[in-house]
Amino acid sequence: MLKRALAIISLLIIGYWLAQGLAGVPFGEDKMLVGQYYLDHVKEQTGAVNAVTAVVVNYRGFDTLGEVTVLFIASTGVGALLWRKKKKRTAKTEGSIVLTTGTTLLFPFVVLFGAYIFIHGHLTPGGGFPGGATIATAFLLLYMAFVQYEIPHRAFEKTEGAVGVAYVLVGLIGLVIGGYFLYDWIWQDWGFGADNIGRLLSGGFIPIIYTIIGLKVGTELSGIIDNMLKEEVSE
Amino acid sequence: MNCITCIEYIIVGVMIISAILAVEWRDLLAATVGMAAVSLFASLLFLILQAPDVAMTEAAIGAALSGAIFIFAIKRTQRFETEEEEKPGWWVRW
Amino acid sequence: MISVYYFGAISLILIGLYAILVKKNLLKILIGLSIMETGVNLLLVSVGYVAGKSAPILSEGIRPSQAVDPIPQALVLTAIVIGVATTAMALSVAIILHEKYGTLNIEEIRRLRG
Repeated sequence: MLKRALAIISLLIIGYWLAQGLAGVPFGEDKMLVGQYYLDHVKEQTGAVNAVTAVVVNYRGFDTLGEVTVLFIASTGVGALLWRKKKKRTAKTEGSIVLTTGTTLLFPFVVLFGAYIFIHGHLTPGGGFPGGATIATAFLLLYMAFVQYEIPHRAFEKTEGAVGVAYVLVGLIGLVIGGYFLYDWIWQDWGFGADNIGRLLSGGFIPIIYTIIGLKVGTELSGIIDNMLKEEVSE
Repeated sequence: MNCITCIEYIIVGVMIISAILAVEWRDLLAATVGMAAVSLFASLLFLILQAPDVAMTEAAIGAALSGAIFIFAIKRTQRFETEEEEKPGWWVRW
Repeated sequence: MISVYYFGAISLILIGLYAILVKKNLLKILIGLSIMETGVNLLLVSVGYVAGKSAPILSEGIRPSQAVDPIPQALVLTAIVIGVATTAMALSVAIILHEKYGTLNIEEIRRLRG
């Protein structure tokens, strides 16, 4: 128990430090610096209503590209670590009738809801990341219900690659037109949807990029689920 | 104190209890469920903290996908945590 | 007096750190890491909260001065998704270790390696 006692003592010290540090950061007070600038100018600079989306895709789009890359590397890493010559699903129990019927009924609606979330990312809460995760949960449901089911691997891999290239391509078009990477040419130059703020057809390239991110996240997470479920079979 | 403000105390309390249980349970399947419960209560707190985007993401990922991935890993490894009792020295028998 | 959200976030961080320090099962360590990550996300979002203001979605009737800070929320939104992907990668490393050594106890793995 010596190790446990030492751990608890050091944890108490760390907790005291954290509490002391956070005493200088009062809860619920206005501490915004750059955030207030974003909130004040989000409508005329990006055309989006949801400020979080504008920060993720527009103001800090380059970081998001990096994070999508991290996601891609993690998914590839799972695939490489669990790679075997011959892999198969080894589940034996069929899903119950409630699960199978419910899945066949619900699957299109869950995918539709995910697509709704990422297409309306600039208007309502959500965006590409939760939308893609919702689509991945739909595929998880299919995996749970049907013993033999597998995702269409070839189509998913192609979508993944094409969508990743499309993100960089959108950024490069911005570089050519406006002079820097991920320049929002649809909003800044064309002014597309300027009298339409708060409706679907506005927000510059935010819906496009969020569709890209949603498809990317959905396919990557479905691929991770597929890789984790299949086991090696020897014959 | 009306109960709009005390509900966050209740949620934080239940969240901490489920975190402790998730760490202490020997059955890893139950521990995974405890971890998913922590994520679910955290997503409620995000909603109260006026962050609906984060709440949606946390509910979809923390409570569904993360738990599912842990359960797949448990299926391919072993379910129970086998931890032989340590033999403490005479100076820390407590 | 510390706020209840800060208290919850610090408690989650400490509980996760306790699991990482004390537990010997690899999957239990990863569960602790996951709990710690939730705590850090909660801490970031609660730092950005401003009392009495609403979510940063500037639809009709919400002026820019009435919204909370959007930047921590944008940060946490992406961090959650990246977190689950990296957790999946760590879990696949654990699966390979179990295939190779037949156990998940880190001390035994260290001993078996020699």
